[in-house]
Amino acid sequence: MKPLHVLAVAAAILGTSGTSAQSGDWTKVESAARGQTVYWHAWGGATTTNDFIRWVGDQVAASHGVTLEHVKLSDTADAVGRVVAEKAAGKDTGGAVDLIWINGANFAAMKEAGLLYPSWVETLPNWQYVDVAGKPAVTSDFTVPTDGQESPWAMAQVVFYYDSARLPEPPTSIAALGDWAAANPGRFTYPQPPDFLGTTFLKQALIELTADATLLQQPADAVDYDAVTAPLWNWLDRAHPHLWRAGRAFPQTGPRQLQMMADGEIDLAISFSPGEASAAIANGQLPDTVRTFVLEGGTIGNASFVAIPYNASAPEGAMVLANFLLSPEAQSRAQDPEILGYGTVLDMDALAPADRALFDALDLGIATLSPAELGAALPEPDPSWATALADSWTERYGVAR
Amino acid sequence: MTRRLIPILVLGLLAGPVLAGVLGTLLPALGVTGQPGAFTALLNWPGLPRAAGLSLGTGLAATALSLALTALILAGWSGRRGFGVIERLISPLLSVPHAAAALGLAFLIAPSGWIMRLLSPWATGLDTPPNWLILNDPYGLALTLGLVVKEVPFLLLMSIAALPQTQPRRSALVAATLGYGAATGWLKTVWPRLYPQIRLPVYAVLAYGMSTVDMAIILGPSTPPTLAVEVVRWMNAPDLSGRNVAAAGAVAQLLLVLLALALWRLAEMLGARLMASWTASGTRGHRASRVISLAGLGATGLVAGAIGLGLLVLGLWSVTRRWHFPDALPAEWSLRSWHSQTSTIAGLTSQTMLIAAVSATLAVILVLASLETHRTHPPNPRLRPFARLLSYLPLIIPQVAFLPGLQWGMLQAGLSTGTLAVIAAHLVFVVPYVYLSLSAPYHAWDSRHACVAASLGASDRRIFWRLRLPMLLAPVLTAAAVGLAVSVGQYLPTLVIGGGRVQTLTTEAVALASGGDRRVIGVFALVQTGLVALGFALAIAAPRLLWLNRAGMRHGQ
Repeated sequence: MKPLHVLAVAAAILGTSGTSAQSGDWTKVESAARGQTVYWHAWGGATTTNDFIRWVGDQVAASHGVTLEHVKLSDTADAVGRVVAEKAAGKDTGGAVDLIWINGANFAAMKEAGLLYPSWVETLPNWQYVDVAGKPAVTSDFTVPTDGQESPWAMAQVVFYYDSARLPEPPTSIAALGDWAAANPGRFTYPQPPDFLGTTFLKQALIELTADATLLQQPADAVDYDAVTAPLWNWLDRAHPHLWRAGRAFPQTGPRQLQMMADGEIDLAISFSPGEASAAIANGQLPDTVRTFVLEGGTIGNASFVAIPYNASAPEGAMVLANFLLSPEAQSRAQDPEILGYGTVLDMDALAPADRALFDALDLGIATLSPAELGAALPEPDPSWATALADSWTERYGVAR
Repeated sequence: MTRRLIPILVLGLLAGPVLAGVLGTLLPALGVTGQPGAFTALLNWPGLPRAAGLSLGTGLAATALSLALTALILAGWSGRRGFGVIERLISPLLSVPHAAAALGLAFLIAPSGWIMRLLSPWATGLDTPPNWLILNDPYGLALTLGLVVKEVPFLLLMSIAALPQTQPRRSALVAATLGYGAATGWLKTVWPRLYPQIRLPVYAVLAYGMSTVDMAIILGPSTPPTLAVEVVRWMNAPDLSGRNVAAAGAVAQLLLVLLALALWRLAEMLGARLMASWTASGTRGHRASRVISLAGLGATGLVAGAIGLGLLVLGLWSVTRRWHFPDALPAEWSLRSWHSQTSTIAGLTSQTMLIAAVSATLAVILVLASLETHRTHPPNPRLRPFARLLSYLPLIIPQVAFLPGLQWGMLQAGLSTGTLAVIAAHLVFVVPYVYLSLSAPYHAWDSRHACVAASLGASDRRIFWRLRLPMLLAPVLTAAAVGLAVSVGQYLPTLVIGGGRVQTLTTEAVALASGGDRRVIGVFALVQTGLVALGFALAIAAPRLLWLNRAGMRHGQ
């Protein structure tokens, strides 16, 4: 099916040109969704997210008769690859993937290849609560406009967590981190790029170390890549011999660092979820002496999205699910550190008092920073930087030359 | 006769998907689908020499070590009284899936693992884990150890099945009469006749060791990883051109396995010469025999200890709330990991069991049908080696080399990718293992029973149902349990062919392994193991219960 046909189908289903939601159209979506099974391909490496997704499934089953199957991925690209394979094989309807937890390079690749359902996000009834003005990241995914092809459901910002019992005064800049690592060999590491959190660490370090961070908003091949990134490689060259396992092995994912922190293998770790440490304290994985901090120059923030492949079997069910994810009920539950500890994408001022009370009642946890302490999030670089940095990293450090 | 077609059908079922899959992998790799340069991109990857070397090194080392330990155990103990214990250990050891064994081993040997916790701080003086590169080491030593621990029980099982055909008792008697030490005599007289019988399983071990993905992710190095793991990464790369590089990598993996097999074949010839001159030297080797027995005991201890303690530590973690280094035991216990996963476990267990039970049952029926047809209608003897090789193809061709192509081909053919497709894909791997464990006892069955029955007027069919099958019940059920274990352990076929929609305990365990929460990993690894162990327990218990009143049927005549 050509993209134009997809558009036609989408318009037919939604009965709208895409921007204004009419309750009658949404009722049609809801009735089409009833009885559908939605296969949500979402990373399955953390029990907290798995439990949250299971709860979402229970809710939409009860309220909308939509059955949710969580397809647990170890890598979001698995789902992207699936859709690519289906398109290559001409399977333009009845695809295996109905909804993907996605952002950044995966979104850019799918959007570029025309693999996503177009212009559906702003037709969701709960879209009216989303903080579009205050959180630019909900419509600009790593600088790529979302164009209504993916719906935000959680905010993330880089924080570092540390065990205050072992490390009273953590370093609060990349430069200071380098000195600290040299003085404390083997006590710091970061997930191995191309893991997204590891790549995020590279971007975070690059923003502080490079001369002009605004260049990162342009594609990596539009600037003098070698000159812009040279300070990063210098820093890494000096830091690696002092890292965990002398930089010869790295944790493969972000959550792996929780276990390493609990085991006392490292004293400091990066996270993309301001509430992750509090959530881990609540479930016993980390000791209650763990705290979080952000760097002096600020840290990168972005949003997590859900998108629907162009050939999804149950697009209406997927929309109902995306809409539920934007509900105050789901958003406040996701923000509860006992559950997930993810930041909300909603605008508190747009909510009814009763809904707002759900958020006010939350105890964000002992290790979670207040919005003021977190500060304004720095924008993500263009998605090409993630790929370029990960490739350069692998070439320099990932092949043991 | 349509029955003559059964073995051909089975062979087609095994080799067909493999060959079609390799073709489906080759086409994009060669640029036939319109994107050239896949091999250039592969060759430009700076990690290629090291990744290829790692695959080759860990595969060859693990196979050689596994075979050596198997030989030591057999030489030192087969036919002796202690061997019963070793035989009884094999099934439980085999029943631990690869991923679970790897995770258990990782929890054991990591610098923050259980061994260091037990020794700290009183013996090591350490309050924090040492910064040692034991796990995920760049030389793949941990991966090699993990492979050895998993493959020795498999090779032992295959050897014990093949042993009766080499008449070890008589050889041992002759060797002892001539004054040879027990183990030396065994190595000189039985081993040279046993090895050809287990040659194909050894090749399968070699191919598996070089191309395993789940074990290499858990235990292997990451800077760079082995070639198979890197191929899976390319398959998953967000920039979509990575898929063609993956295809090229898969072809490279295939060539690498063929190279390793050729090297192994050379080593076999060299080994045969060395054996021959050692045998001709006539050394009686009494002291060597004692050393071999002790080494065999050590090998058994290493394998059983690594898997047993690994399972124990997985179990401990599954009921842990807090367990900090260097405490020897958890500081706070909790059943929370089990409680919170109950519904997931129930769903995954029934899915896993369905796939495993159906594929194991189908495999046993197919293998029995083809063995029985071979007996009643012997095939052309010149075709036999060819047929044997074809039936081993799924075990010798690396999974990453043909599964992506197979998935592509199935999509082209418009086949659905649900549970049925996964069962069909599992069957490709289950049938060869069922054949491996069933063919030796099947052929070893004393055909004089059949002669007597036939002379009393029984038809072939009646002989099969009333005589052969009941007498072979124990090996048939064991083969079914092996099939079950193989199916439960499949990671890549489930993931790739199921399109992610079909989830089993194994895909869940490997997905969780990336997250690293040991408490939940422990739960899934244990449930996965328990399911397979249940299969073996039933296979052992059922014949004993059925033949409670027939003493002669209880020891596998």
